[in-house]
Amino acid sequence: MASLATWGNELYTGKRSYPFTGKRKLWLSISAVLVLLAILVPVVKGGFNLGIEFRGGSEFTISKVEHVDVPTGEKAVVAIAPDHHPRVTNIAPNTMRVQTDKLTDDQTLSVAEALATAYGVTKSEVTSTFVGPTWGADVSKQALIGLVVFVVLVSLLMAAYFRTWKMSLAAIIGLLQVVIVTAGIYALSGFEVTPSAIIGFLTILSYSLYDTVVVFDKVRENTAGFQDQNKRNFEELVNLGINQTLVRSINTSVVAVLPVASILFIGSYLLGAGTLKDLSLALFIGIIVSALSTLFVQAPLYSLLRDGEAEIEKHNKKTAAHRLANA
Amino acid sequence: MSSTGPIKQARKSLLWLGVIFLISAAILITGVLSGKAAFAPKLALDLEGGTQMILAPRVAGGAAATQEQLDQAVEIIRQRVDGTGVSEAEITTQSGRNVVVSMPGIPDTRTRELIQASANMEFRPVILAGPYTAVPKDQRLAKADLPKPSAKPENASDMNWIDAALYQKFEAYDCPTELGQGAEEVHDPAKPMISCEPDTGAKYILGPVEVPGSDITDASFGMSRGQQGAVTGQWGVTLEFNADGKTKFAEVTKRITPMQGSQNQFAIVLDGTVISAPRSNAVIADGRAEITGSFTEQSAKALADQLKFGALPISFEIQSEQQISATLGSDQLRSGLIAGLIGMGLVAIYSIFQYRLLGLVTIVSLLVSGVLTYLALVLLGWSMNYRLSLAGVAGLIVSIGLIADSFIVYFERIRDELRDGRPLPSAVEIGWKRAKRTILASKAVNILAAIVLYIVAVGNVRGFAFTLGLTAVVDIVVVFLLTHPTLQLLGKTRFFGEGHRFSGLDPSLLGAVPLYQGAGKIRSFSTEAEAARGKKNAKAASEAERRQTIAERRKAAATSAAPTKSDVRVDKDSSNG
Repeated sequence: MASLATWGNELYTGKRSYPFTGKRKLWLSISAVLVLLAILVPVVKGGFNLGIEFRGGSEFTISKVEHVDVPTGEKAVVAIAPDHHPRVTNIAPNTMRVQTDKLTDDQTLSVAEALATAYGVTKSEVTSTFVGPTWGADVSKQALIGLVVFVVLVSLLMAAYFRTWKMSLAAIIGLLQVVIVTAGIYALSGFEVTPSAIIGFLTILSYSLYDTVVVFDKVRENTAGFQDQNKRNFEELVNLGINQTLVRSINTSVVAVLPVASILFIGSYLLGAGTLKDLSLALFIGIIVSALSTLFVQAPLYSLLRDGEAEIEKHNKKTAAHRLANA
Repeated sequence: MSSTGPIKQARKSLLWLGVIFLISAAILITGVLSGKAAFAPKLALDLEGGTQMILAPRVAGGAAATQEQLDQAVEIIRQRVDGTGVSEAEITTQSGRNVVVSMPGIPDTRTRELIQASANMEFRPVILAGPYTAVPKDQRLAKADLPKPSAKPENASDMNWIDAALYQKFEAYDCPTELGQGAEEVHDPAKPMISCEPDTGAKYILGPVEVPGSDITDASFGMSRGQQGAVTGQWGVTLEFNADGKTKFAEVTKRITPMQGSQNQFAIVLDGTVISAPRSNAVIADGRAEITGSFTEQSAKALADQLKFGALPISFEIQSEQQISATLGSDQLRSGLIAGLIGMGLVAIYSIFQYRLLGLVTIVSLLVSGVLTYLALVLLGWSMNYRLSLAGVAGLIVSIGLIADSFIVYFERIRDELRDGRPLPSAVEIGWKRAKRTILASKAVNILAAIVLYIVAVGNVRGFAFTLGLTAVVDIVVVFLLTHPTLQLLGKTRFFGEGHRFSGLDPSLLGAVPLYQGAGKIRSFSTEAEAARGKKNAKAASEAERRQTIAERRKAAATSAAPTKSDVRVDKDSSNG
């Protein structure tokens, strides 16, 4: 990988540089538009495709099915519970999923038996789930509490670690952007929002900040004592930091996304079960958005936030004067 | 050479890792040999197959359930489930809010109902007692002889409660069948009901509720005392009522004590079944009643416990119920493991592609992390009954990437140092100094997220948060005790130290310019950006300086003596990296 290594070297020395902070207004505007779109999409589409956990109902999974035939399942359910509208889906090879409105215990047992008979499997291949409509709401409420608690704690942690609240603020704003955009993409894709997906969203928080911390650490290092030189101004030092960590950002994102992609692949093609698939889909989108957000939102935003500070203005003038003198 | 320091340190770190590994392995093997532990992690229900129900408590009056009430609730449900002969059911409280019941297999209707039924205890007077089984059809009362209430019932014990329909139902009521079905009907507290007492094999018509179970404040059991206070040698159960219950119970005993036959009895009904129907011998005015009879110590304790639970004004609502077939569980576990292996393989391939033989260090570190995580899961399963769920497996897979991240952060730091022209051993030391902080800071974010997720989590989020947090800790251990020491040692080998082109640390590939360029020309360590950093890193600088090789010292000394451009401060502190 000589070329990639050379690319890395050039980024490191500053020979090659991408204008992350230089065009920050453009990047930030694009992000703002994306956030707006992410908010508009679910509104236009009439909300998220909420999973059974939020609607409430009964769900059956039939494994080792030989003929993945939808009407078979519908007939079996209607025979027991005529006024229910079953949603029968073939979710994986040899696996069918049947969702209905809430059934009584007796109905649940009879439907499970009917489905087993209809699909010609033994009773033990049918799993049934009953979910109360409050379950998903409960999960979301807890997730929201988790989000708030985490954001507060992590803001404090980062402000203490980086010793500047502006880094913390930039990171948190970027974080919210990541969550909103990811949710927007999720809404656009029409995938079901399940509690597992919500766990995925919460995990993105952690990943997004993890990624930001790595880049900000380098930025902080570059900008510490920036007044002692007058070759680069503050904004350029931030940009150099981002560029110097670019190879690292790409590598960490690729490495983080590979296992998630593998769950997603396995989850989508081999497993119908929700947990792994929903979780990994949210993570998959989230990791990519997070990595981009660190480069195009969080770090540029940080340099923007620091703009206008007296010592930075003073230093900007100093570097400008120095450049003029050396030109 | 001064480099014996890092080598010694590296050996010490590796030794520590070995010690941690051996101790956990030894504990585990001892556990397995003594039959208390297993080599495989315990699996949660979704992987093992079975049923999981999440129950939300509903406290009378809408208040939140206290932890104590929840603990009691768990106790009630455990008793009920154990009573049905289901073994290995796990009943726990979750986040101080919900009760989670997990059991292997699919519970029958009876068990399911037992679990969700509220612990509903009530005191009803007995109006009529009868045989346990249904009265044979030919022995039932003729239609003309059926009771016809002559007036509105005056009190709860009044025979006028029994009308023809109720009596016919009573005759036909077959306790073994009814209990077997477990068909729990909702009994109106203001109306009479038919109930059975399995312990004595009796069937009753009971009057309306006179004292609700929530009026009981406490119940205990012990040797009962006679009127003179002498121990009678009989086991008895004492129960205490609150002020309300005291008044009501006094009225009941006042009314029924002089009555004859079954009407002298009051039934203690738990979840629709009579658990005891003692006779009333005296008017109890002080709210302290003692029930005596043919109790054994065990049966007295059981009754006292039941009475205590009856005081618990909690009912449950099933929030979610999930039945997982063992096949689906093992399918998912297998797919999860396949996904994990593929993920790990991809990460390994990418590491080799990016870091050449250094990628092997990543792979070894990942494998060791895997082994340590496995040991931790098994030991936690043994000591704290931790069970690995599907979400937990997802957490493990996701963590592969996060663990590899910390290696990348470290390797890139080393590469940065090499680009500055440092020889590998010092690049490793200085790169580590900088990477260490970044790794710790970012892992702190991970662990914080895992803790927050774990604490506020509902349902299977916990398993995920747990493995995520656990692997973050394991990662820190592995990076400190394995990855870094390994690189310290590798830095001393020719292959890596001289930057073989497959080592992943080839300085020429990394664009490094040698410090000493011959003919007295010396290049400075510093890049422009680094020049700015001097001040803040004084401490790290002195440490790094201490670690410099003699050659480096000479070079540094020479550099500082060499004339440089005024704006580029010569970096004799080599802390930056």
